[in-house]
Amino acid sequence: MTGPNATGPNATGPNATGPNATGPDNDVSASAVRPPGETLVELAGLSVGYRQHGRLVPAVDDLSLVVAAGETVAVVGESGSGKTTAANAILGLLPSNGVVTAGRITLAGNDVTGASDRVLRQLRGPFVGLVPQDPMVGLNPTMRIGAQVGEAVRRRGVDRRLVPAEVREALERAGVDQPAMRARQYPNELSGGLRQRVLIAIALAGHPRLIVADEPTSALDVTVQRRILDHLASLVRESGTALLIITHDLGVAADRADRVVVMRRGRIVEQGGPREILLHPREDYTRHLISVAPALSHAGGVVPRHTTTATPVSAPLLRLDGVGKDFRLPRGGESRTFTALDDVSLTVHAGQTLGLVGESGSGKTTALRIAMGLEPPTRGRVWLDGTDITGASWSTLRPLRRRFQLVHQNPYSSLDPHFTVGQSIAEPLVSFRVGDRASRAARVRELLDQVALPVSYADRRPAELSGGQRQRVAIARALALSPELVFLDEPVSALDVSVQDQILTLLARLQDELGVGYLFVSHDLAVVAALAHQVAVLRNGRIVESGPAATVLTAPAQAHTRELLDAVPGQRFAADLAGATVRPPGETAPGPDAAGSGAAVGPSLKSESGAAVGLKG
Amino acid sequence: MPRYLAGRLAQALAVLWAAYTVVFVILHVLPSDPITLQLSAGGADISQLTPTQLHILKDRYGLDDPILTQYFHGLWNALHLDFGMSLTQNVTVGSLITDKVGSTLELTLVALPLMVIGGIGLAYLASYVQWRPARTLLARLPAVGVSLPQFFVGLLLIQAFSFSLHWFPATGEDGWRSLVLPAVTMSLLGAAMLAQLLIRSFADTWREPHIATARAKGLSRGTVQLRHVLRNASLPALTLLGILLGYTVTNAVVVESVFSRDGLGQLAQRAVLGQDVPLVQAIVLIAAAGFVVVNLLVDLLYTLLDPRVAAAARAG
Amino acid sequence: MSDNATTTHVTPTTAGTLAAPARPHDGAALTAPPLVAASPPGQGRGGVLATPVQRAESTGADARAAAAGPPGAAAEIEAAEISEADTHALGEVPGWWGRLAATWRPLLRRPGFVLAVLFVLFVIVSGLAPSLFTSYSPSDTSPADKLKGPSFTHLFGTDELGRDLFSRMLHGSTLTIKVTGGSVLIAIVAGLALGIVSGFFGGWIDVLLMRVVDVLLAIPILMMALTIITALGFGLVPMAIAVAVGITPGFARTTRAEVLRVRSQPYVEAARTGGASWGRVLWRHILPNSWGPVGVLAVLDFGTAVLLVSTLSFLGFGAPPPAAEWGSLISHGRNFLITSPWLSLLPGLFVGLVVFSLNHVARTLEEVDR
Repeated sequence: MTGPNATGPNATGPNATGPNATGPDNDVSASAVRPPGETLVELAGLSVGYRQHGRLVPAVDDLSLVVAAGETVAVVGESGSGKTTAANAILGLLPSNGVVTAGRITLAGNDVTGASDRVLRQLRGPFVGLVPQDPMVGLNPTMRIGAQVGEAVRRRGVDRRLVPAEVREALERAGVDQPAMRARQYPNELSGGLRQRVLIAIALAGHPRLIVADEPTSALDVTVQRRILDHLASLVRESGTALLIITHDLGVAADRADRVVVMRRGRIVEQGGPREILLHPREDYTRHLISVAPALSHAGGVVPRHTTTATPVSAPLLRLDGVGKDFRLPRGGESRTFTALDDVSLTVHAGQTLGLVGESGSGKTTALRIAMGLEPPTRGRVWLDGTDITGASWSTLRPLRRRFQLVHQNPYSSLDPHFTVGQSIAEPLVSFRVGDRASRAARVRELLDQVALPVSYADRRPAELSGGQRQRVAIARALALSPELVFLDEPVSALDVSVQDQILTLLARLQDELGVGYLFVSHDLAVVAALAHQVAVLRNGRIVESGPAATVLTAPAQAHTRELLDAVPGQRFAADLAGATVRPPGETAPGPDAAGSGAAVGPSLKSESGAAVGLKG
Repeated sequence: MPRYLAGRLAQALAVLWAAYTVVFVILHVLPSDPITLQLSAGGADISQLTPTQLHILKDRYGLDDPILTQYFHGLWNALHLDFGMSLTQNVTVGSLITDKVGSTLELTLVALPLMVIGGIGLAYLASYVQWRPARTLLARLPAVGVSLPQFFVGLLLIQAFSFSLHWFPATGEDGWRSLVLPAVTMSLLGAAMLAQLLIRSFADTWREPHIATARAKGLSRGTVQLRHVLRNASLPALTLLGILLGYTVTNAVVVESVFSRDGLGQLAQRAVLGQDVPLVQAIVLIAAAGFVVVNLLVDLLYTLLDPRVAAAARAG
Repeated sequence: MSDNATTTHVTPTTAGTLAAPARPHDGAALTAPPLVAASPPGQGRGGVLATPVQRAESTGADARAAAAGPPGAAAEIEAAEISEADTHALGEVPGWWGRLAATWRPLLRRPGFVLAVLFVLFVIVSGLAPSLFTSYSPSDTSPADKLKGPSFTHLFGTDELGRDLFSRMLHGSTLTIKVTGGSVLIAIVAGLALGIVSGFFGGWIDVLLMRVVDVLLAIPILMMALTIITALGFGLVPMAIAVAVGITPGFARTTRAEVLRVRSQPYVEAARTGGASWGRVLWRHILPNSWGPVGVLAVLDFGTAVLLVSTLSFLGFGAPPPAAEWGSLISHGRNFLITSPWLSLLPGLFVGLVVFSLNHVARTLEEVDR
């Protein structure tokens, strides 16, 4: 099946965007861009709202969008931008309180606005398929994989006897190893990456003209994410299927899409080819998104903020010395243990940041918890400023706690919903009986000021704050006792990209002002680069590489570090650009550099090395 | 898997033993004067008895043994299904129970399918019907069923279907017609509870992401409900069903009293009214045993129906 | 990674560990706890929260932000938001009274809830001071008026001795309220204590207490009550104790689950790493945050207790005549079912309404609490 392939089969070449690169004088934000080729989906002035408590809360406003056969379109937006609502409207899967308030939805030439489920479901499967967001919950837990793929196959009217063979083929095409065996398994027996491949197999099994991929990999590790996205893109290219990617990551969009649509608060900000959007963004918001996407703002490279390669002169504040941690597995065998950490040695220097990087299951959180004294290590020792705190009880550790504090990953659960902001920030002061009521209130005001929140926020509850604001409160609380060291456990991974950037800037400023040291745990190298002086890369409980950020992030010695670096989205686009044009890389980052990085921009662009990465899960 | 099975079996036995202990403590240790309690239940007026007569009576019921001896003796006998003599009727507890158990079983066997069909049917409809007023009405119905006292439901049915319409007899135990009203009464509460749980479970399951996957394949609502929703939504209900099944004897107490059926429930009521300690003890233990056995079966059923539980069971 | 799904799923364990307090005789209790215990995978407590809008735009945690305001509000660019938020929407800080009003306003908008609360209040007040609502004495016989149907003079009609049934009902309320109030109070105190100790200290204390609770749950609630009444004799006090023992285990289990849930929240860990002692954490964080579902269960347990008390007195284990609780009134009215059905059906309906109201109150509180 080779559909009309007007946009060219080769998305990696610089001319991939050629045919539909409309002139810059086209008003792209007002009317839908009409690419050549047969129109599959057309949204015209679509507005969607949700009925809530008798009110209609708008989610999508005056959205016009066209997807033609064979093209890949990416809709980019932060949470609340309405991008998922748009996708659901195309699939006819709006929740029961969703209402189309204006505009038209046209699928394959038929107006399906407000059509009954009976009509819409004729189109789902053979016309449009879905790759849902979270592979962990996207599959029916009580049904075998084969049966779930089989349902999609049978929709095409395939003879019952031929279904198993087709199922195996679909799984194989989606990159599932041992398809015959996998078909007999249940979803809980598969890893997240494999489940996502099964979901892709289901979407492909209906032979649709269009696949809607809703944040298809945001729940997966970066390296897995990259492999799966590449695979999906190549499958779509081979079969001539159109692809609509919904993503929050401009880098993901830039790397793969023929056309990028930027959305914000239910409206389209602008749309056009990736080169157009990224090189000549017309809107401030797009510029802002580009500036905060690490790979895009630095021409494809991950650029560390701190460039010194010298060993730090300040005293070591925290030292982990050959730390190991074993977990007993729940029965199942004779004293079987799982080694979460093995021989991990780390040093955090006063006033500096150690970035601890690893994918899920690498042991980075365990390392942090051991360093915090929240869990005892099985082997090795933990030193805090010369004091051995290995296995110290809470009460012996308590005096030391004033000197090191923690900021949690999720600001939505790390603040007590019953406490006001002021109470939360002052709590460590109350616990340690620091000052009286008046001096604590003064300290709270000072801290709010430091994290750039208005003083009036002291009386608010967490529910009245946004995610970024909550994280600021959590940071203020951690700073209340003027600690020397703050542990940051993925402090920005629950936040939108533009908010991420602000929190990172805040953390960097606080370090400059207060001289506080950070142990920064993250799965995201680009985020770590914004803060770390030193970097350690964890894999399977072992440190594979460590050293100054300037060295590890720009000239990695280990394959795993390189793989992590290459998986940062947006590089392919940047590399294409660098190969095709002679523009200085600085031009990819117009507008002020919000990261506040004074570091030299423009390291040697790495060649696109990911093509060789295997497709097997 | 055999390991899991053995573990669950041992657990069930331990719970039963503990239940026996609890009941023993309540009946034999808690009363200020257990001997008076039991002997007066046997129809003897203690103030009228001579010490010798008292001694003979105590000896007959084993009441002058040390409490621990009584405990182990009782436990040993209970393991052999020997619950001793009834204090109020001059027969063994075992024979009383075997006499009455048939009537209760008969009632339960009719009530159970009614309960399951009624509960699942109502929930299935409430979740499938799209027309709002009907949907709301169906969804509210179980809340009423759960609130009405069982004896009130029974009396209402008697008033309506026996005294007014003369369709079914109000009391008695002859033929299937006399079973209808008690069985409906007995099943109503369970059906309402099942429906209440299932309606919420259905709603929750419909909102799960994997349902979007199924609908995106182009399956119809009916197919999705049957193949993807029903099974996942029923798993929590299975636990409740186990509990409801385990409550058979308990349910029978009220229903048999209202409809004057001569089963285990009536026996239990009379035993308590007569403070017939051995009889009460035996009936409570049987009720607990029924509960434990049914729930053991439900747990094993889970490993067949839910691959995640099966995986956990295999892991130990 | 592959066993993620199992962790949130209801895993069957011992007989007693099954979805705690769902028992046929406390139909009421069904609404809350078993659903928490046995909700489908991936749903947990959080799952029930998901409104369609949240789902529509959810990537993990930000879904919650969407719940706080209309979609989009949470996703502003932060710098802009700080200045913006100061001037609009959230406005001035509500005081103590304002917060209270904010909690109650959504409840007062529900007419069903208001009606249910009013009815329960009426039952309580009329039970404590029956003479306010009826001029008849519950024991004055009037042979001329015997077995009269309901009318404006006798709201519920009269019994075979010509006594006013409505007056007898209200005077019966006094007894029933005393018994249910006493038993629920005992159950709350004991259940809270057990649940907090178990959930908070964990370890072997937890294991031990929860095994005991398992065993108590394995004995059906009515059977447990019958056993206790056999041991203690008939009357109001044994009945109250019997009901209390029956509902305590479920209460303890829910409390424990809530305490465990809150205890594992990051904000508790944040408080601990901030130097807070366990006492402070328990008092300031765990108790205020876990009382919601526990409070809902307490209201449900009132309904359970009313049903159980009237069942026990229907079976004849209550106070001896002429004292008459609701259950014994209904039981007595049975003898006149053919000729005077109101004698048992009206009191029965009354009990049903009380339980229904309590359930409705609990259910509404639960929905608003989310």
